[in-house]
Amino acid sequence: MAEMMYWEALQRAHDEEMARDPLVICMGEDIGVAGGTYKATKGLYEKYGPLRVMDTPISEGGYTGLGIGASFLGVRPIIEIMSVNFAWLAMDQMFNSAAKVRYMSGGQLTSPSVFRAAGGAAHQLGAQHSARMEKVFMGIAGLRVLTPSNPKQAYGMLKAAVRSDDPVFINEHELMYNMKGEVPDGEYFHPLEGSEVSRSGNDVTLLGYNISVHWCLKAAEILEKQYGISAEVIDLYSLAPLDRAGIRKSVCKTHRAVVAEEDEAPVGVGSEVIAIINEECFFDLDAAPVRVHSALVPQPYNHTLEKAAIPDHEDVVAAVLKMFGK
Amino acid sequence: MKLEDKKRVLREMVLHRRFEERCYQAYIERKIGGFLHLYPGQEACCNGVMEAARPGHDYVITGYRDHIHAIKCGSDPKAVMAELYGKETGCSKGRGGSMHIFDVAHRFMGGYALVGGPFPLAAGIAKGIQLKGGDEISICFLGDAANNQGVFHETLNMAALWKLPVLFVCENNQYGIGTSIDRSTAVLDQYKRVCGYGIESAQCDGQDIDVVYEHARTAVDYVRSGKGPYFLELMTYRYRGHSMSDSRGYRTREEEEAWKQRDPINILRDRLIAAGELSMDDFVAMEKETDAYIENEVIKFAEESPEPNVADLEKYVLA
Repeated sequence: MAEMMYWEALQRAHDEEMARDPLVICMGEDIGVAGGTYKATKGLYEKYGPLRVMDTPISEGGYTGLGIGASFLGVRPIIEIMSVNFAWLAMDQMFNSAAKVRYMSGGQLTSPSVFRAAGGAAHQLGAQHSARMEKVFMGIAGLRVLTPSNPKQAYGMLKAAVRSDDPVFINEHELMYNMKGEVPDGEYFHPLEGSEVSRSGNDVTLLGYNISVHWCLKAAEILEKQYGISAEVIDLYSLAPLDRAGIRKSVCKTHRAVVAEEDEAPVGVGSEVIAIINEECFFDLDAAPVRVHSALVPQPYNHTLEKAAIPDHEDVVAAVLKMFGK
Repeated sequence: MKLEDKKRVLREMVLHRRFEERCYQAYIERKIGGFLHLYPGQEACCNGVMEAARPGHDYVITGYRDHIHAIKCGSDPKAVMAELYGKETGCSKGRGGSMHIFDVAHRFMGGYALVGGPFPLAAGIAKGIQLKGGDEISICFLGDAANNQGVFHETLNMAALWKLPVLFVCENNQYGIGTSIDRSTAVLDQYKRVCGYGIESAQCDGQDIDVVYEHARTAVDYVRSGKGPYFLELMTYRYRGHSMSDSRGYRTREEEEAWKQRDPINILRDRLIAAGELSMDDFVAMEKETDAYIENEVIKFAEESPEPNVADLEKYVLA
């Protein structure tokens, strides 16, 4: 196991898949000569050339659609959206072309495309560069949604997504590209479906994904040390499909659930997970499940306001303590 | 076009016309649901271009007025009609419908129902050809109104930048749903709009198949030779409304009559008659044979085919 950064893990996955299969290409804004805004494609332009590492014009709808069209011929494009906020412009092609083509062609055509986007709120990027959009993607039939929470997942998910015949949207996080973690030395393919128990516990289940897994882990540590509450942390790395069985197993054991998301609450990951909890383990619950989420505001620029809008591990701790009447 | 080909194409065009007219009837009878966009009036466009290209070898993609493009690529009319009937034997297994005909075996890459959506897909197919090194080209048939979408311009830019082997065929039927082109579009000549991207283009009559064919040959040869994209604008007219819910209140009957005087099938028919290659009786017989084929085989197949199994509702969502 070597320790590497999240961006290095992504770069390695790109490189290995492109070396293996000449039909794997990558495309996006500034990914080639400039090496990628978050360095996920660093060095690939020099190695594979402009036909396979395509610096695109700033035309998200156009180049996303172009990648999808190429995928109809068996090309496996890794399409980078520099910031997930720009994915709004590409959604027509992602949803109407990539996600639906298999169904509406009666299984004749499929789009083995991968969309990677830097998601999450970073620091003071304002309303149009701080959107959390997982919830928009997770309700689209025919699209897989992955949210890697560490370098090992970032590496293994990208490799698995490239090999998948389905279109896959990978929601990364702007604040996580420099996160370090262990990545297997040999090839590793992360499952496209399921969830992971990141920490075992008995009293309450904390459910997160991507950055909020880390809030949950930190909260679990505080809860155990300071309050004697044993929290189990579930990493919902696949948002589509969600792992009903994994959610049920943990919540039926702990009888309590808190869902942590960086997104705003309405029609979100928390709403969906809690609906599943109600459907799967309502009579096993000792308390009403709750959500920890962002304020429903266009992300403010001001640092203090921004901090107030976005939750963190302290909000998870507070939600659990309230649930326990402490 | 060779004489033999012209006779064959006339027969095909008659099939294309009668097939669509039979769809109209089936829609009235509620055998076909959803939205139905018919092709009569524009037959010389698809036929002229595809005669210059290689159907079943070159990749074709289009919008929702797609039945005839699929058939021209080699799709079995029975499978297309069965799709319109929503049957399991339909070319998209009843999951697509009129606007989503697919026949990948014949390289008909589908009909798409978001106006302009196929532009970047067509360029992507061309990118795939470029990567795989084949001699195919990608052909994108869309209407004039699609050119007012943003992806039109994004796609032209990328296709020219990367010299992609894609032929954009603009079937300019003068209307975007119920809005005439002069009320929606600042520049009426669509071929002029691509000049800003350095793309070769031409405009020609879309009703006379000989004219379409000659221009399409130039266009197809240009794209196949690796010089990059080409944009061909064909001036045409759809006889029916945009879809079945359209009573055509936005245009005059005089205008419709004037276009019907230049009917693509009649133009080809009369030319063959004048050349002594066909008689009016031959043509009437051709129509009758076509109608009998549609009724006895195409409609029969669609009628008698099974519905999809409800247990298969979620089949084809994911691989």
